[in-house]
Amino acid sequence: MAEATKDLERLTKREYKYGFVTDIEAEEFPKGLSEEVVRLISAKKSEPAWLLDWRLKAYRRFCEQLAGDEEPTWAKVRYPKIDYQNMYYYAAPKRKLESLDEVDPELLRTYEKLGIPLAEQKHLAGVAVDAVFDSISVATTYKAELEKLGILFGSFSEAVQKHPDLVRKYLGSVVPYSDNFFATLNSAVFSDGSFAYIPPGVRCPMELSTYFRINAQATGQFERTLIIADEGAYVSYLEGCTAPMRDESQLHAAVVELVALDDAGIKYSTVQNWYPGDENGVGGIYNFVTKRGKCQGRRSKISWTQVETGSSITWKYPSCILLGDNSVGEFYSVALTTNHQQADTGTKMIHIGKNTRSTILSKGISAGHGENTYRGLVRIQRKAAGARNYSQCDSLLLGSQCAAHTFPYLEVQNRNATVEHEATTSRIGEDQLFYCRQRGISQEDAVSMIVNGFCKEVLRELPMEFAVEAQKLLGVSLEGSVG
Amino acid sequence: MLEIKQLHAVAGDQEILRGIDLRVRAGEVHAIMGPNGSGKSTLAHVLSGRPSVEVTRGEVRYQGHDLLAMEAEKRATAGIFLAFQYPVEIPGVSNLYFLKAALNAIRKRRGESELDAIDFLSLAREKMKLVEMDEKLMQRAVNEGFSGGEKKRNEILQMAILEPALAILDETDSGLDIDALRTVAGGVNALRGPERSFIVITHYQRLLEHIVPDYVHVLAGGRIARSGGKELALELEQRGYAWLEKEAAAG
Repeated sequence: MAEATKDLERLTKREYKYGFVTDIEAEEFPKGLSEEVVRLISAKKSEPAWLLDWRLKAYRRFCEQLAGDEEPTWAKVRYPKIDYQNMYYYAAPKRKLESLDEVDPELLRTYEKLGIPLAEQKHLAGVAVDAVFDSISVATTYKAELEKLGILFGSFSEAVQKHPDLVRKYLGSVVPYSDNFFATLNSAVFSDGSFAYIPPGVRCPMELSTYFRINAQATGQFERTLIIADEGAYVSYLEGCTAPMRDESQLHAAVVELVALDDAGIKYSTVQNWYPGDENGVGGIYNFVTKRGKCQGRRSKISWTQVETGSSITWKYPSCILLGDNSVGEFYSVALTTNHQQADTGTKMIHIGKNTRSTILSKGISAGHGENTYRGLVRIQRKAAGARNYSQCDSLLLGSQCAAHTFPYLEVQNRNATVEHEATTSRIGEDQLFYCRQRGISQEDAVSMIVNGFCKEVLRELPMEFAVEAQKLLGVSLEGSVG
Repeated sequence: MLEIKQLHAVAGDQEILRGIDLRVRAGEVHAIMGPNGSGKSTLAHVLSGRPSVEVTRGEVRYQGHDLLAMEAEKRATAGIFLAFQYPVEIPGVSNLYFLKAALNAIRKRRGESELDAIDFLSLAREKMKLVEMDEKLMQRAVNEGFSGGEKKRNEILQMAILEPALAILDETDSGLDIDALRTVAGGVNALRGPERSFIVITHYQRLLEHIVPDYVHVLAGGRIARSGGKELALELEQRGYAWLEKEAAAG
């Protein structure tokens, strides 16, 4: 017995694998938020006047919100007040990069360590990667190949320079700068992110992928992603994220906007593994993210899949606005909280068009002192005749100190709609573990197997290679969490 | 193979086993009978290493090792198998995947090579015939939505695949109709051999008509109240347990 306890202790103290810091010369702007900083960011990126104006509008709105103490408090998460003047809003590796060959070798080694080789010849076939390090995009692979098909994929800053009309047309069209506290902050100070445009009728032949890495200390990361699938286009996009281990918490407030026109499809998958803090809840990333997709066209489809294992706080509701008739929204989620992690996550499905359909499948796993909340809204608007929604929210508890909560909101304004909701809560029992161990499967492997079985319906929505990564991540994150 | 000496065990805050002595040699089949609450299942759990049962006194030697010092998965590796009275459901994990993971975990710990999917599937198919199990059940999640009979068959199938040295069957006959009972017993009998021992826990003599034991022990009040040959089971069937319980209480 004592032996087993020791093993568990050793495993709980297992290090966060991605917690290293890269020693790289960085350029940082003055600490704190001010109009000057917003202007500096915009100038740094040689942005057109309209974009600076947009940022400044957001900045002013944010100042009002800050003055009015409007930081949202409705989520079931607790954290000390964030001092928005005590962080850096821009950090970037000092050397300006023109191509992959010029990338600082130190930086390349960082991505290698993360298992994301950026050198194209070595890269996994069929995945194009855009890598964002602190505030800027450092490399995009497979660019030329994609351009042959008319697919635009690269950093947001670059898109502003090369395709200003597209950016201007769609930026803020799904998440306006005034949308919510954190989206407003992002709109003022966003530094970079990814941009993708798939032209009419083109099915993107490879997964597009962005890896985000926060490296610098006391720096917020505010990336902005915009993906547009034109008529009849399809793209599958994956985002992954990691950060070093640090004692103080860091803010990550990203915005993702997706637009799908007639008959277009966007599949957006996330494996979020930001630093979760240590076993006492010290440090970790505050992940306050706004993700929303607009099914603007008829028969368009947007599908969100997320595996959330990192961050000390996750506040995130990838949503779909189902505007086009017969459009489809999907949300598949696994959220795991262990130690002192807190997650308040879910989705919003806004049915506006006729015969719109949505599916919500949420799997929450709580271990240690973890708090896991599902919060979802299904709104069927007046004109959404024939709309259908199916929601299923399952919670799995490991141990007795953790908690799971479910807050499903339903607003149905059309009688000719069907809405179904199912929810379950279960616990990994001593009997399940003993059954596995009696068959020769170790305790660690048994927990991992049971959790993966619980999440199976969500994991199978992930592209193959990421499903494997996600499965391992779930296993590693839970090691030692059952005593 | 197995030697139990003065075994005492506590589950919850109750002392369930109060001094069990039992010796099982290779190739023998021992039946353990007794009324509800006499400690039959607790004995099965102690032998297979359930953490929630605490041994307070006594010793168990298995193949020359101190069994009580071994963790459940190590015992499985050493060839101890428990067919559960209430097999557990594991949603989302296919039966086939579970069995392959179990077999390979054991093989790996023994320093043997792991079976790949193809070899495992042909092994599983061969053993499925033994318990007349439908292949469809292998694709379903472990025990999820299985009938009582299917769950018990699945336990015997697992036993057939893992090929234990000592198999403990905990009321495998409960909830089985007569055909299922015959199939399950047939599966067990096919596995009998000079190197493999069985401890068969049951309430009823009925099972022992199909799996004929070498010895029968009656558990009452946490001790073995009486041991004998297969005829003891018949006597119990006629006289019930009450007289033995009285004896145990008096002793």
